[in-house]
Amino acid sequence: MKKMWKLAALATTASLLVAACGSSSSSSDTTAAPAAAATDVKVAVVYLGVPDDKGWTYQHEQGILDLEKNLGITVKRVENVADNADSEKTFEQLASEGYNLIYATSFGYGAPMANVAAKHPDVCFQWATGAKFLLTKDGGGAFTDFAALPANLGTYFGAAEEARYLSGMAAGKATKNNKLGYVAAFPIPEVLRGINAFTLGAQSVNPKATVQVAWTKTWFDPTIEKQAAESLLDAGADVLGQHQDTTAAGVAAEAKGAKWVGYNSDVKEAAPAAWLTAPTWNWGPYYTKTTKTVADGTCPADEYYGSMADGLVTLASFGDSVDADTQTAINAKAEEIKAGTFAPFTGPITDQDGKEILKAGEKAEIGQLLSMSFFVKGVIGSAKG
Amino acid sequence: MNGNIWVLASADSVAIATTLILAALGALFTERAGVLNLGIEGILLTSAISSFLAADSSGSIWLGLIVGSLVGALLAGIHAVLSVVLRANQIVAGLALVIFGTGLANFLGKPAEGKTVTTIIKPLSFGPLSDIPLIGPIVFRQDPITYASIVIAIVSSLYLFRSRPGLELRATGDDPATVDAQGLSVASIRIRYTLFGGLLVGLGGSWLMLAQSAAWHQAATTNGVGWIALALVVFAGWRPMRLIFGAILFGFTLQLPFTLQAEQITFIPSALMQMLPYLATLIALIALSRPSTRNKLGAPKSLGIPFVRDER
Repeated sequence: MKKMWKLAALATTASLLVAACGSSSSSSDTTAAPAAAATDVKVAVVYLGVPDDKGWTYQHEQGILDLEKNLGITVKRVENVADNADSEKTFEQLASEGYNLIYATSFGYGAPMANVAAKHPDVCFQWATGAKFLLTKDGGGAFTDFAALPANLGTYFGAAEEARYLSGMAAGKATKNNKLGYVAAFPIPEVLRGINAFTLGAQSVNPKATVQVAWTKTWFDPTIEKQAAESLLDAGADVLGQHQDTTAAGVAAEAKGAKWVGYNSDVKEAAPAAWLTAPTWNWGPYYTKTTKTVADGTCPADEYYGSMADGLVTLASFGDSVDADTQTAINAKAEEIKAGTFAPFTGPITDQDGKEILKAGEKAEIGQLLSMSFFVKGVIGSAKG
Repeated sequence: MNGNIWVLASADSVAIATTLILAALGALFTERAGVLNLGIEGILLTSAISSFLAADSSGSIWLGLIVGSLVGALLAGIHAVLSVVLRANQIVAGLALVIFGTGLANFLGKPAEGKTVTTIIKPLSFGPLSDIPLIGPIVFRQDPITYASIVIAIVSSLYLFRSRPGLELRATGDDPATVDAQGLSVASIRIRYTLFGGLLVGLGGSWLMLAQSAAWHQAATTNGVGWIALALVVFAGWRPMRLIFGAILFGFTLQLPFTLQAEQITFIPSALMQMLPYLATLIALIALSRPSTRNKLGAPKSLGIPFVRDER
């Protein structure tokens, strides 16, 4: 009798485990059916999170929906794929199922994707936020040099710093005590570039503005992001910016009557009173154009770096507290950026210690931007994290 | 003075401690009855998302808190059935509950992804009291559930050590055979307190959702708080009063890395600071899983051991 109870207990425990495993990871199972469009391209996209996160993945999903509408095709989504070596299985499976264009939306997919790309030269791979340099020996990767990289692998990303500069202008105008705070994920060039652009934007309308940085060492963790935001508010900041994937900083700012610049998506409703604006992405045109190119028989293997000019980078709607004058000034600056007459990283720019980085009138080159490792004057905190 | 970052960080620590106090109290009641429930993290997550869905669809925070608490009790009920009725290995059952709770929460959370709770639990203001230097922000600017959690902990202490049912509870965890000989049902007592424990954990998870994080972000919503709560019970020696101070201390260490950054104190790497609460948790869980060490720390003597009458 006792044995039977034990068996029953074991069975129940095991079934709980099985049930849990079944529901913890999910992928939508829509097979790509080539529709009316004159294209035999089968497209798949691999997501780090879920399409509804109102953050990074959500913006990509909007772009993919755009693509489906524009070309009349159905795209297969694979959700919740961790961006580590395990993702190689996902790419391998998609390639062997006959998908011939695969988009992957996180930095960590690079190396696994390149391995699969080398094995499937007939499949086109596109790596968001990627940098081919990092796949070569010199960049810590497995391929001897650029020439050895698979020719069926491209990267895509964009100049978020342009919109960050504009959002910094809104922040610089909104602050009453000239103290801005910035909740930041990791001390890598992409994030440092954003913080510097935000700071320069704020200083362009408010020379006394300073930006204090709190590092969270995570892209996605609302609890830690909120604690970091609260510590900045406690330290006296009255406007927060962020390079994080949740709205936690906005919730913290709203609760303490401060202002907030978001990131990724137009999510005013997360913190309506705190909302100023946010740098956002519009991936639709890129996805549509690239998919068309692949359908026509070419796999773009270049490193696409979009901008406000081509519409990849945008600024979200303004909050109620952003006055008309500020909006006009920001919109005017946005036009200059689009026209190419202004770039956020234009000298004179000095770093935290007062060392000159760019002479007056000198513009930063793309290489300088992509390898940025310093903070500009006015940022409080360590650029090493 | 009241704008001082250390005063404000202390006030934040007391607030952060709310979930820790409630979840750890829930674990404490369960363990005092002799049942080890390692599934706290899974219960926290499921009750958090349940409270979100209830509050979001009804517009009422209070309904959210009630639903979240009941869901906590319901999940603890699974553990009670497995460990008390079926006498399964409690460590395995608890771990299964973590995985099940996480999966269930992610499933339930599908419609909540990217949404924010529109009405969150707000701190109270006591007029001039809230402006007293130092203690104003720390003592008089918290929200109702934070106050309630401390009151519940104090009442729990009185109940455990000054009341007849409290004595029976402690006896069930220490020496169930004697309780059984008194004509009381060990199984019934263990099931009741496991359910009650789940209710408190559920309240903690609901508060975390409706006051602290305000948006659903899957497993990152709780971020291991359930494990810290389990450790807290060990460090508090299974005593509710010590648990209050332990929770505030843990809350402070969770907040500290950012306060140090804000104060430009950078000689300790922030990543190392962020690791500390979890390191403490690891040590406590090792102690908890070894019967000899946990008895030295004052654990209930029959913790994790199913009671079987015919084996006496």
